[in-house]
Amino acid sequence: MRADRLVLGAFVALLLLVPAILSPYYVTLLNYIGLYAMVALGLVLLTGVGGLTSFGQAAFVGLGAYTTAALTTATDLPGWLAWAGASPWLTLLVGLLLTAAVAVLIGSLTLKLSGHFLPLGTIAWGISLYFLFGTMESLGGHTGISGIPAIALFGWTLDEGGEIYYLIWAFLLVAMLTTHNLLDSREGRAIRALKGGRVMAEAMGVDTSRSRMVIFVIAALLACASGWLYAHMQRFVNPTPFGVHIGIEYLFMAVVGGAGYVWGAIVGAGVITVLKQWLQNWLPSLLGATGNFETIVFGLLMVLVLHRAREGLWPILRKLVPVRTVRRTLDADAEPLPRRTLPKAGELILEAKEVTRRFGGLVANNNMSLEVRAGEILALIGPNGAGKSTMFNQISGVDTPTSGEVLFLGKPVAGHDSREIARMGMSRTFQHVKLLPTMSVLENVAIGAHLRSNKGVLSSAWRLDRAEEARILKEAARQIERVGLAEHMYEEAGSLALGQQRILEIARALCADPCLLLLDEPAAGLRFKEKEALGELLKKLRAEGMATLIVEHDMDFVMSLVDRVVVMEFGQKIAEGLPDEIQQNPAVLEAYLGGVE
Amino acid sequence: MDMAIALILSQDGITNGAIYALLALALVLVFAVTRVIFIQQGEFVAYGALTLAMMQSGVLPATVWLLVAMGALVTVLDGGLALKAGQGRRAAGVAGWNLGYPLALAAVVGGLAVDALPLALQVLLTLAIVVPMGPMMYRLMYQPIASAPVLVLLIVSVALHIAMVGLGLLFFGAEGQRTPAFSEFSLELGPLMVSAQTLWVVAVSVLLIVALYQFFGRTLYGKALRATAINRVGAQLMGISPTLAGKLTFFLAAFIGALSGVLIAPITTIYYDTGFLIGLKGFVAAIIGGLASYPLAAAGALAVGLLEAFASFWASAYKEVIVFTLIIPVLLWRSLTSHHVEEEE
Repeated sequence: MRADRLVLGAFVALLLLVPAILSPYYVTLLNYIGLYAMVALGLVLLTGVGGLTSFGQAAFVGLGAYTTAALTTATDLPGWLAWAGASPWLTLLVGLLLTAAVAVLIGSLTLKLSGHFLPLGTIAWGISLYFLFGTMESLGGHTGISGIPAIALFGWTLDEGGEIYYLIWAFLLVAMLTTHNLLDSREGRAIRALKGGRVMAEAMGVDTSRSRMVIFVIAALLACASGWLYAHMQRFVNPTPFGVHIGIEYLFMAVVGGAGYVWGAIVGAGVITVLKQWLQNWLPSLLGATGNFETIVFGLLMVLVLHRAREGLWPILRKLVPVRTVRRTLDADAEPLPRRTLPKAGELILEAKEVTRRFGGLVANNNMSLEVRAGEILALIGPNGAGKSTMFNQISGVDTPTSGEVLFLGKPVAGHDSREIARMGMSRTFQHVKLLPTMSVLENVAIGAHLRSNKGVLSSAWRLDRAEEARILKEAARQIERVGLAEHMYEEAGSLALGQQRILEIARALCADPCLLLLDEPAAGLRFKEKEALGELLKKLRAEGMATLIVEHDMDFVMSLVDRVVVMEFGQKIAEGLPDEIQQNPAVLEAYLGGVE
Repeated sequence: MDMAIALILSQDGITNGAIYALLALALVLVFAVTRVIFIQQGEFVAYGALTLAMMQSGVLPATVWLLVAMGALVTVLDGGLALKAGQGRRAAGVAGWNLGYPLALAAVVGGLAVDALPLALQVLLTLAIVVPMGPMMYRLMYQPIASAPVLVLLIVSVALHIAMVGLGLLFFGAEGQRTPAFSEFSLELGPLMVSAQTLWVVAVSVLLIVALYQFFGRTLYGKALRATAINRVGAQLMGISPTLAGKLTFFLAAFIGALSGVLIAPITTIYYDTGFLIGLKGFVAAIIGGLASYPLAAAGALAVGLLEAFASFWASAYKEVIVFTLIIPVLLWRSLTSHHVEEEE
């Protein structure tokens, strides 16, 4: 038995026993903790993992609660909606659908913009909905709706705290399990790349706007389910628990507990709920006035947590739980991922035709033409400021030429975003290394295979993706071994030396199974032996028919490796030819050495 | 609705719009220079208004003690650092400004019969109490994590907002306050009676905007702030201290907030938690300007003010809903015109 399963089993057993041992007061407290933890779990996904946040989660809770309250208590539902009032389980469905629709609407308005527009948008949405609940006569105004029926499950009516307790915690545990599964999958890697790795993820074919939407909708649905449970536990709703300030409290729970961790949600919900109870009893008598003074403590506590322990409490508590992280096992028997058919050697892969790029009066690239064929390595060299990086951007589709065009496999690159270009078979590394430092080398490389696989969010959440996941990881491991990083496979990518991180980027690019590899200064920061190994790898790839374009400063490395060289200076091509010719070329010598007298 | 009502509503709208414009300018400024989304701007409005109200009722404003407490903390932190570095004079300076000044202020406000003072002096004392909290807040809460991601800074702002609302309740109580108008006279323009307070609000707003414009265009500190807003690292390399820029920005934001509070206190009843909604309307305006453009934010503020005034006439119950829904078309337009994937800071 694995230690982690043992601990989890003990935790669940303890949960099952609680109503039998503890007094109703503590059961009620645990009910609230469970409800809050569910909302906080959504924020873990959104804030801690995805780097976004929402202050409007309480409004989603309200949406779930009010939907079921209005539908199950109404006596005169219109005909087309009459079916929904029959059972709380149907109203849960309606609530979830409604919430998803609202979340998609808010998300599509804000998620394409910078990350801080979502929280601002959700504040506005939270306030609007709160006032709407309070003013709409049909929702009972500020007095709210009472007489909500209890939930029945297989004929068992959950009308007591100790009964609905089981339903709440079952919901929460299922939500935690699915979230945990989701994060450990193809979609999960894309989600984890949102914080600090969007440009890289896009270049590997991840639709990061879609991933943002996915986590926002999941967070909203978790909040909605919590609201549904809340309404049937209290049997009464009014607008108070759904205001923006409660939305902020949910965020506190996630951050205090540990916004990057699934278990942080329970810890945070527990700490804040208990602390709130305690402070509400204690502070007013201390201060000699009535009011919600716990907000003062919460606010300052929050600032303290963000100053001193930004990861929250869970990483500290985790050390007390006797569980080690389980290392991923690789399935050697997994079928290899499908490969694209590489073009035949000598076939034209990339063609830049008279590319000119102006920035105002500055001509960064002037009439640049070059071509790369399958099975060859072309080097683009030139002194600093020659316009190599600009040219690289034109080729990789990051930037669009002022005139001229870049054709990849005969199709123009301009007008396509990074994802489409990745799909066409171009894969790249970055001059300034872009990887996810806290993820393992294996997982970083696996992101490269994003477009070679297709299992989505639902299959990931319910572990229907394991066969494909094994294939992805096997492929990632194969590429890691190929570039010589096998011994570092399970280490955090951020712990590697810079040179090794560059190699990791090559493995990631290879994992995408490209037919054209764009390498931006791959040898920078490598030791001699590592350079040799990299050279060998690139030669092997060339023999397999890969086309490679490399921008590089290291002349020894370039001259011993590549087939042809293009030299740039002041945005123009000054020479093109075989390495030996280039080394003798007077124009090149002048550019590099300042002229031969 | 006839012409007279429309004019009255417009007057209301413009008055509120002028305040929202000031707040929006401060929000854009703070975000541009420090990347902090200044959620607690509204609390400075409430603190300004209610501190003045407390003075006028002859009570020592409790905000003084908050200032003393914050100053003491800054003294401990910065004075301690200075002493460790053996800079005795600097430590004395830190203590003088951060501890001496608040205590002296407390003595003055406590010693004088503040309710008998002329209004202008009361306003001045209010500003003297509330405004220094801005730079102190920057020092205590933001400076240690100045390079954190926008998201973390935002959460800190929200946390401070919550704490300030709680403190506001403790200081001022749950009762709302309204201060007497600055002057009683009013102007008759055809069918419209323009109250003096409206003129005050609009005049001060316009003056302040012009002054800020001059400050950013003509003075060294103003240019330093603009440079920081455009390129933080570049400005730092040119010798502009990000700490100084942060404190100066928070000083300006706190000044604008507290002054706005003083200006609207005679028009609207201010409760300890009113500031949040006022500040958020400034936000709606700032978002209209994309958190970047000052003129667009100011125009947005007027639009928010007018929309609010007319909405309160036609559908008063849904006033807030309508105002906050205004940002949807704005966000839609921004979202449709943005195609760029960028890395979050």
